[in-house]
Amino acid sequence: MQTTVAYTPKHNPVNYFKNKEGAAIVRCIVRTIQANKDYLGSVDGEIGDGDHGVNMNKGFTMAGERLEDGHTFSEACRVVAQALMEDIGGSMGPLYGSFFKALWRHSKSLENISAENYGTMLQAATEAVMEIGGAKVGDKSLIDTLVPAYQAFQCALADKADFTQALQRSTAAAEAGKESTRALVAKIGRSARLGERSRGVLDAGAVSSFLILQALHGGIAASLQD
Amino acid sequence: MQRIINNPDDVVNEMLDGFAATHADLVARVPNNHRVLKYKQSPVPGKVGVITGGGSGHEPAFIGYIGENMLDAVAVGEIFSSPTAKSFTDAIKAADSGRGVAVLYGNYSGDNMNVKMAKIDADDDGIAVKSVVANDDVVSAPKSEPHKRRGVAGEIFMWKIGGARAALGGSLDEVIASAQKAIDHTRSVGIGLSSCTIPAVGKPNFFIKPGTMEFGIGHHGEPGLAITELKTADEMASLALEHILPDLPFAPGCEVAILVSGLGATPVNELYVFFRKVAEILQSQNINIHKSYVGNYFSSLDMMGVTLTLMKLDDELKQLLDIKCNAVALKQF
Repeated sequence: MQTTVAYTPKHNPVNYFKNKEGAAIVRCIVRTIQANKDYLGSVDGEIGDGDHGVNMNKGFTMAGERLEDGHTFSEACRVVAQALMEDIGGSMGPLYGSFFKALWRHSKSLENISAENYGTMLQAATEAVMEIGGAKVGDKSLIDTLVPAYQAFQCALADKADFTQALQRSTAAAEAGKESTRALVAKIGRSARLGERSRGVLDAGAVSSFLILQALHGGIAASLQD
Repeated sequence: MQRIINNPDDVVNEMLDGFAATHADLVARVPNNHRVLKYKQSPVPGKVGVITGGGSGHEPAFIGYIGENMLDAVAVGEIFSSPTAKSFTDAIKAADSGRGVAVLYGNYSGDNMNVKMAKIDADDDGIAVKSVVANDDVVSAPKSEPHKRRGVAGEIFMWKIGGARAALGGSLDEVIASAQKAIDHTRSVGIGLSSCTIPAVGKPNFFIKPGTMEFGIGHHGEPGLAITELKTADEMASLALEHILPDLPFAPGCEVAILVSGLGATPVNELYVFFRKVAEILQSQNINIHKSYVGNYFSSLDMMGVTLTLMKLDDELKQLLDIKCNAVALKQF
């Protein structure tokens, strides 16, 4: 079973979160991956080699050990990116490494991160994953979670939703995207070799990317300032 | 699972410690990266560097091909998992004498991504890097989709040829061209008779029913073309050639190099039983065998099974194949 790590919402959330107080958000992602190590392993075991939970837990735990309370959100994202890229390898190292590196790059100069800023960051991070991995929507990968998530976030802002509502809609779209991978035949990665045999089970990367976004969005929502 | 291990998470690091100690005459470590090994003399002055990298569990690949006139450095990943981009970058740096580095690796998504990132990093450091992606496994995708085919034991021929071209003083472009030609002329197929177990996972990766075999299996147990009843060695050899010969094609009158590799748990004497039939069929089709390699050259942990690889030779490939080399797992004098 998937495990949701609880966070405590602050007062009436509105507009932005402070970059310098953002390390706690990234810690929430680390705890979520740790709590879901066995769940990710069992999802991956269905059509993969079953090591997704172990590898993700290893990478995020290493990142967690290097996080310092003084880190900004951007710096914390960079710590995660470096741990994944330099110490994990496999496919998930470069994919999630690129994701967090783009979050760092597109937020490092910001003091406060607004909903508009975050929309840009999420799109850039998704595009970085597509660039390195080459997957498209429908290939049965983490892209099936990430693309609907950033698009829903930006649509919500266009509909005049506030930051909290946009985060909620993005998380819901990410979940629907993750669930959509169940019906897909894998076109990329090791499970692509399975053809029809890959249909009927969730993609492990789509699940882990949903867990990351859920934790990230929960953490941001709890940090929003008036 | 009965294995000769300590903590399953330490298998790769402890294996590298043992390997480096055993082959200290040929192999050296690099500073600040435990997951890169290099040829003791690398970077060899004036020579283009030749490197590879891949997941562990295929020993003697990839580290066994480090040595004189073959690989200058190897990036080492976890079992069946790509090395990090940083390890590929560090392997590139360990091999670069200033004439550039050829990265000759197999077609797997993790390796593709990590090499791509390493090339960007090496470029930032001013090192010229080019790559060839091996895709010799004929049953892993149709002939019309060569970019989807996996690289398997044919990578050894690619390293041998690329390494020889570099040893003869070839430029980076010439090394790349020869290595590309080698893999373009190479076809492989695998047959699995039993599964394999990653120590940290502790249970078999997949299942092959007793009395059956999986034709076209991949190096990590990727599903093959068909599960059939267990055939005789002679039938396996002819089935493998039925898929390999028409794919290139290998026509009567051509000359080939053959590599038969066990997958880890195969008795070596059975590899010779298998090879005997391969040679007989090739002779009957008037295909000349220039050189043969039979043994455990590229394994898959404790999988029972065999891979057959053929490379079609022309004058250039023949010359480069015959050049001497002194690597841990391949010695020619």
